[in-house]
This record gives sequence, structure tokens and C-alpha cells, in this order.
Amino acid sequence: MAYTKRLDDRQNDELRPMSAKAGVIPNADGSASFIAGKTTAIVAVYGPRELFPKFKQNPKKGLLRCHYAMMPFSGSGERIRPGTSRRAQEISMVMEHALLPVIDLKEFPNSVVDVYIQLPQTDAGTRCAAISAASIALADAGIPMKDMISSVAVGQVDGTIVADLSYGEESYPGIVSDIPIAMTHNTKQVTLLQMDGEITKEDLSKALEVAKPAMDKVYEVQMKALKDKFSVENKK
Amino acid sequence: MSELLKKEREIVIPGEILAKGMDFLPGENSYRENDNIYSKALGLVYVSGRVIKITPLSGPYIPMVGDRVIGRVTDITMTGWRINTGIAYSGILNVKDATTRFIKKGEDLSKIIAIGDYVIVMITQVTSQRLIDFSMRDPGLKKITGGRVIKINSHKVPRIIGKQASMVTLLREKTGCDITVGQNGRVWIRGTPEGELKAARAIKRIEERSHESGLTKSMETFLGGAQ
Repeated sequence: MAYTKRLDDRQNDELRPMSAKAGVIPNADGSASFIAGKTTAIVAVYGPRELFPKFKQNPKKGLLRCHYAMMPFSGSGERIRPGTSRRAQEISMVMEHALLPVIDLKEFPNSVVDVYIQLPQTDAGTRCAAISAASIALADAGIPMKDMISSVAVGQVDGTIVADLSYGEESYPGIVSDIPIAMTHNTKQVTLLQMDGEITKEDLSKALEVAKPAMDKVYEVQMKALKDKFSVENKK
Repeated sequence: MSELLKKEREIVIPGEILAKGMDFLPGENSYRENDNIYSKALGLVYVSGRVIKITPLSGPYIPMVGDRVIGRVTDITMTGWRINTGIAYSGILNVKDATTRFIKKGEDLSKIIAIGDYVIVMITQVTSQRLIDFSMRDPGLKKITGGRVIKINSHKVPRIIGKQASMVTLLREKTGCDITVGQNGRVWIRGTPEGELKAARAIKRIEERSHESGLTKSMETFLGGAQ
């Protein structure tokens, strides 16, 4: 039985309803929330500030440090142990690599920019929501950035190419693949590309084509969030 | 053909195209790639002649020589004080730049300025590695006594001061407080407790509404009559 109708009645290339807000944490230097369907990411950025341990300091440029964390009852499965895990460390690392190409920390030698990501509720696509939110938060913090990073997952569920998979689709009985992608907006350079599952070569290139227009939709949401925070009308 | 794509004072986000063509030049917080000029920060667009620059709306304070800043003493060294101005880099205030008085060998420096004291200092030198030197030997530079220090976004400092210091003069008159604004976004207020609270609230309001036009007028009504 082929997967013809999506579990939540979306079109194959339709994303989950998204919303984003900048400046959600007043005490942070920059912050943002990004909601895609039932997945919520909240990001706080602190810095540039003094980097400890000192041996990590780089006199040529600042360091970007991500801390990804899912909350204990955020998923639909069992309780997640708070604190770091192998998975969280990996995602923190790929997030750093996804964001670094656009961030310019040459002006801040020996310092660090800390990015804290919390996920109060998750339904697949957490690293994509986290990267999209982190990009807004870093811009809000006034860190010099060449471009914005948008991120979304694409994949294949039982032979059908779909965008922005939910947890129900990721765990669909059958052959499924989930490909989180992050890209810069202007040049469409890929800064994150991972895959879980199985996909044919032809389907992979088709899926990557689906990703590009999806990125633009995420970018629209990110841009609106940043401009809304500072527009004069919202201060009245 | 060259074309400017953004209006003056429009809000742009990082990576937005500001102008097409070679007739424009990238200024502060913008860069050229091929034919286009892109923004490098979240801020407002300003065009002066051919140069396009972005004035950031947020971000860290960048230390500049000649800036007067308010900092907190965090350590006492052999030859002076280490001062934190609220950024990633602390600076040194040398004894010879702090006072004209003769200091005996082995004298307790904490008698002059103690750890935890706030000081108004001027930046005299910044190296590429952001080693900062301070001086306290100009009029107005001193150790802070009494009052309170509040923190604001350093990019809003010009609005707190206003054109020809119009805003800060208004705040001083209406609240009866001494107000000193450091370029690093720390503001020292000293006056009566009620006056200090009123001034702190007014400064927070200016910070929130910094890109409204006619701000001095609206602050005049907010502050009401004389205290």
C-alpha cells in the first residue's frame, strides 16, 4: 500500500504551520522561539563573553558553542533523561557546523557566543526548528552574520517524497527516510545534510529539489519575526 | 544599472540585498559579493552619497579609544585595577592614570578604589587582541559614590543623550538627578530615591521606543511637570 495521503492531510510539499518570535527571553542578549506544528524550539543567545576553559580561547576569532536539550516529557515516548546525551552532543555539534559558515566572529577574539536550545515539545524535526530559531536569535543578538540559515527536513515515506516529516511519518511502517537540511538563503549553500533510513539516488535528488522552495517559506517566517520585533507599530 | 533596493531607515536582517550594481559602496556592517551589496547585521539602512551602511539595533559594545564608559572593579593588580565594562574583555586602569597623588611603595590600593566599586573611565588604548587601557585623569572621570547604575543596550546610548544632549538635559531637569551615560550602555543616576526611580523608568522607556520619531516631545509629556 503506497503512502498517498499524508497523516495530517497536508500536500506532499506543504510544511506544518510555522510561527516564530524574536526576543522571547528579555535577560538573554538575543532570543527566539520557532514553532513548526507540534515542535517548539526556544533559543537564547549569550555573548560574546569571556571563554572558559581558557585553553579553548582562540586569539584569531571567537567560538560558537551550541547546547541542544530536549525537555524530559517533550516527546511522545518515554521520559528523556535531562542533561546531555550522545544524541544531544551530536546535534549540538552539527548545529555549530550548520551556523558557523555565516557567522563572523573575527571581531571577538578569545570570546565565546553561547547558544542554548530548549525543546519543550517535540514531534520530529527538532534540529531543523532549533537551527531556524538559532539563526533568528543570533541576528537578534546583533552577531555579525553574512546571511540567514533556514532549515527543514524532507524525506520519503513509502515511495512518496514529502517535506517536513512529523513523528508519525518518521515511524511509518514501511521504507522511510528523513533528511534534515539547512541552507543559506542567498547562495543556497547546504550547511547541514543528514539522513536516516533508505532512499534511492533518484528520489534523493528529487527530495533536495523539494527542499529549496521549502527553505524560502521558513525564511519568510524568520524575516517576519525579526522585523516585527523592531517595527514601530508594535511599540504602541 | 545600479539600483538601491531599500529605503532610508528601513529595517533589514542579515543577508538582505541592499543595492544592485557597482555604483554603491558597502559601508559599516555591509559587504559586497559580485554585483550586490548585502547587509551583515540586523539594523537600519543609512545612505550617505554612494555609501550604504547599517546602524545595528542590537549587539555587543565595541570598545573605542576616547569613549567614556562606566565599569566595575573586579581585581587589584600590582600596578592598578582590572575593570569590567560588561563585555567579553576587561581592561586595566594603571595607578599613574588613576590619580595624581603620590603612592608609597606597598600601599594598599583598595584604600583608593576597592573591588566592587564603579568608576567612570576613558578608554585610552585598545589592541587587536582587545587589551584595553583606561584613564581617570580627565574632568568628570572618577569613582562613583551613591546612586544606582542601570544597564541598557549600548546602541541606544545616542538616543538617551539626544541631539546636543537634549534628552539627558530634559531627564536631569525633570527628575532632579545627576545622570552620567557611559558609551558601554551603563547609566549612573544619583538623586532622591523617587527621582532615581523615575529616571530609571524613563531611560527604559527611551530604550524601548528608541526608533520612534519625536521622542523628546513624548518623553516630555511622560515625565510631566517638574519633580
